Amino acid sequence: MELMEGELEKITAEVEQVIKDQGTERERLIPILQGVQEKLGYLPKEAMKKVAEAVEVSEVEIYEIATFYNQFRLNPPGKHQIKVCMGTACHMTGGNIIMESFERRLDIKEGETTPDREFSLERVACVGCCALAPVVVVDENVEAKVRPTRVDGILLGFDMEKKAAEKEMQKAASEQKTQEEEG
Amino acid sequence: MANSVTITIDGKQISAAEGDKLLWVALENGIYIPHLCGIKEKEKPDASCRLCFVEVEGMANPVTSCTLPVTDGMVVKTRTERVDRLIATGFELLLTNHRLGCAKCAKNGSCQLQKIAKERGLKLRLTRLRSVLKEMQTDDSLGSVAFDPSRCVLCGQCVWADRKENKGNIGFIRRGISRKVSTFGEVPLAESGCTRCGKCVEVCPVGALVKNS
Ligand code: SF4
Ligand code: SF4
Ligand code: FES
Ligand code: FES
Repeated sequence: MELMEGELEKITAEVEQVIKDQGTERERLIPILQGVQEKLGYLPKEAMKKVAEAVEVSEVEIYEIATFYNQFRLNPPGKHQIKVCMGTACHMTGGNIIMESFERRLDIKEGETTPDREFSLERVACVGCCALAPVVVVDENVEAKVRPTRVDGILLGFDMEKKAAEKEMQKAASEQKTQEEEG
Repeated sequence: MANSVTITIDGKQISAAEGDKLLWVALENGIYIPHLCGIKEKEKPDASCRLCFVEVEGMANPVTSCTLPVTDGMVVKTRTERVDRLIATGFELLLTNHRLGCAKCAKNGSCQLQKIAKERGLKLRLTRLRSVLKEMQTDDSLGSVAFDPSRCVLCGQCVWADRKENKGNIGFIRRGISRKVSTFGEVPLAESGCTRCGKCVEVCPVGALVKNS
């Protein structure tokens, strides 16, 4: 995942702060990683390297921990977060097909984020509405009885939203320009 | 110096240093017990391969010999029905995600899986369980060494050897069925901090980390 402008500075500052709060004892590794993720939304490689250096363990040991626990994410959360339910009921009704549809459409794998950081894709366990299986939680909205065509629909919706927003921006910009010219 | 104790393994009297782990006492006295993950110098054994089971008189259930310190008068059996069954199942479980093909494997003839199969009369193929093997790419970025994760039994010997020799370059990532040996960020060995010391290849008991021919 490419870092955004200014992200490295932010990573450095936040990791330093967390280390200052938590100390550099090996026993503090998990709280340190949790703290870093809380600040940054995920665990970028650069952050893991800095933690390894501070706590004096090898980088791969940090990576072992970060990939062992489900709570740690290695990719930034997308602007839109897609969570495909893989609980028993959803699995039985084709949750994996829905996951595959998203993977194919977004060209990323489960657990990843699109390079433009628009979408992140995750699997979750039962979200508690099995009667609506297969379920996908998109941002805060529950999508019920999802079929692959609905996957297209969801993504198309965001696409149109984005285009409309861009248009708005352009319009606003050109209005401002004419105003400036007039004024 | 630890006290010397006398124990009995399969009817044979053996003297050993009190507290030594049974697996190594047996092996050093010419009694074979299957094992993949055991590392003698490791204070707390991982006991993850589940192949070194034995039965000890006075203990209700079979125990892993790599974790069991010997005590005076201990009476051990390396072959019982329960032990054999546990080991046979553990062994077959390992094979469910192992890419078999000994004829074309660099370790053919010196592989520990082959040794266990021979010693315990087990088959090097699946009989009861189905394969869960996934397509995995061999890493031969180093040229001289090939790492084939589909032949790895996750014994941890290479990780231990690497950390003893270097500052730690490889490790176990993920968990469950996705667990595998890899590097920071999962980059090929040649792009990692690999020092090419070759220690991991020396200790790999199977055909996962091998010299390229
Ligand atoms: S690692 Fe051992 S059991 Fe597996 S293919 Fe090679 S020789 Fe055969
Ligand atoms: S590569 Fe070899 S030594 Fe390393 S964990 Fe796998 S089987 Fe064991
Ligand atoms: S299994 Fe998906 S909501 Fe229960
Ligand atoms: S050697 Fe005892 S469990 Fe692996």
